[in-house]
Amino acid sequence: MKHAILAVIALILIPWLGSLVGLDYLFGVVFPYLAFAIFLGGFIYKVINWAKSPVPFRIPTTSGQEKSLDWIKQDKYDCPATTGQVVVMMLLEIFAFRSLFKNTRASIHDGPKLVHESSKWLWLFGLAFHYCFLLIVLRHLRLFLNPVPGFIGTLEFFDGLFQVGVPVLYQTDLIFVGAVTFLFLRRVVIPQVRYISFAADYFPLFLIFAIAVTGILMRYFIRVDIVNIKQLTVGLATFSPTIAGDIGSIFYIHIFLVSILLAYFPFSKLMHLGGIFLSPTRNLANTSRMVRHVNPWNPDIKPHTYADYEDEFRQFMADADIPLEIEPEPEPEPEPAAEEAPAETPAEKE
Amino acid sequence: MYDGKYIIPGLIIFVALMTFPIWKNMGNAGPVPKPEKPKGVTKCVESAQFMRTSHMKVLDDWRDEALREGDRAPIKVDGVKYDKSLMLGCMKCHTEKKKFCDECHVYTSVKPYCWDCHFLTKETF
Repeated sequence: MKHAILAVIALILIPWLGSLVGLDYLFGVVFPYLAFAIFLGGFIYKVINWAKSPVPFRIPTTSGQEKSLDWIKQDKYDCPATTGQVVVMMLLEIFAFRSLFKNTRASIHDGPKLVHESSKWLWLFGLAFHYCFLLIVLRHLRLFLNPVPGFIGTLEFFDGLFQVGVPVLYQTDLIFVGAVTFLFLRRVVIPQVRYISFAADYFPLFLIFAIAVTGILMRYFIRVDIVNIKQLTVGLATFSPTIAGDIGSIFYIHIFLVSILLAYFPFSKLMHLGGIFLSPTRNLANTSRMVRHVNPWNPDIKPHTYADYEDEFRQFMADADIPLEIEPEPEPEPEPAAEEAPAETPAEKE
Repeated sequence: MYDGKYIIPGLIIFVALMTFPIWKNMGNAGPVPKPEKPKGVTKCVESAQFMRTSHMKVLDDWRDEALREGDRAPIKVDGVKYDKSLMLGCMKCHTEKKKFCDECHVYTSVKPYCWDCHFLTKETF
């Protein structure tokens, strides 16, 4: 955890110092472009790489009654049997985080008694985190589009519905920071989760937290010249970036952290954005008992029945005194020996 | 590669979404806002740089002082008196909302709620 904290602190200090010595163009233009290229390229590379991995068999993780006899009710979206049901299950998973909704917590009570109870906190804060992140990203489009489309204005209006302060406070900002804090505390407070948490788990949380905090500082506290910023960001989106004036270090810190997030994205756990669609444990219908799934790269082995086997090895088997369904024809023997047919392998005796 | 018929279109949709601002703008960054400067006046209550970043804070403070605390005493900066008011103070020099306020606000999609209460005679009718 301390390495993750140190990394994020370093990532804050670098653009800060950089903007103080006048490396505005590097942090405002070069790194964002570079990061975006790494993000897109890395994302495509990862997905193609996954797509190259064969998944010959159906391996969905199911949590409900499989399709069976007509009078047994199938749990359609926990054990889908058709592609349509898989699509519904995936939509529920992606938009409602249904698998987290099923979380339980086990605890031991007097008795001793083991109790499993529903635990929805991770689901709640995870959902809040992801939706707030989505809304925040969409809201940021106002800095990349000129003219700004109407739906962004609508989004901003509802996000700042309570009109707290000037500039108005966005609810998503508050909920987002709260949710990230929860996701972090969860890793620290719950011993089992802490045990399985590594730098790769803490780093994205700290990075996202730092991005949120710098953004909030920039909007509500250390105010910056938004017109200059938009000139730069729209410039980035139109490949004609210009840094018109002094924007302020806080902006460069913010955009550098975002650049790091983008560049880090495809090579980290954050790649679950693409991974959820390519998870064989999620995107396959459970048809293992309905359809025969043949491994496509199995070697082409022809069926070999016992009759064929006996045909192939009859003489050897007969020589080894193994009982046979069809006895070998004693062809090499002269006529008199053929009459002694009931006796086995007369040739051997002679 | 397996299931390319699903994965390739998926990737194309992803890239299209991620690059939405690029092909939406079509390389046209649009005009940079040029708020009309008042004629004959060169000073404001604060420096231009401060006003560019923090004018909303000034207005918010003035609103609170004037409406909630009843303190409407004019602001005195460098011997010049300014009415603590949007319509009577700021807009004495920056006369036209459309040519001054809206220039940057529309550019950055900022919709201040000043005009929920304040009434613009020239423009409303």
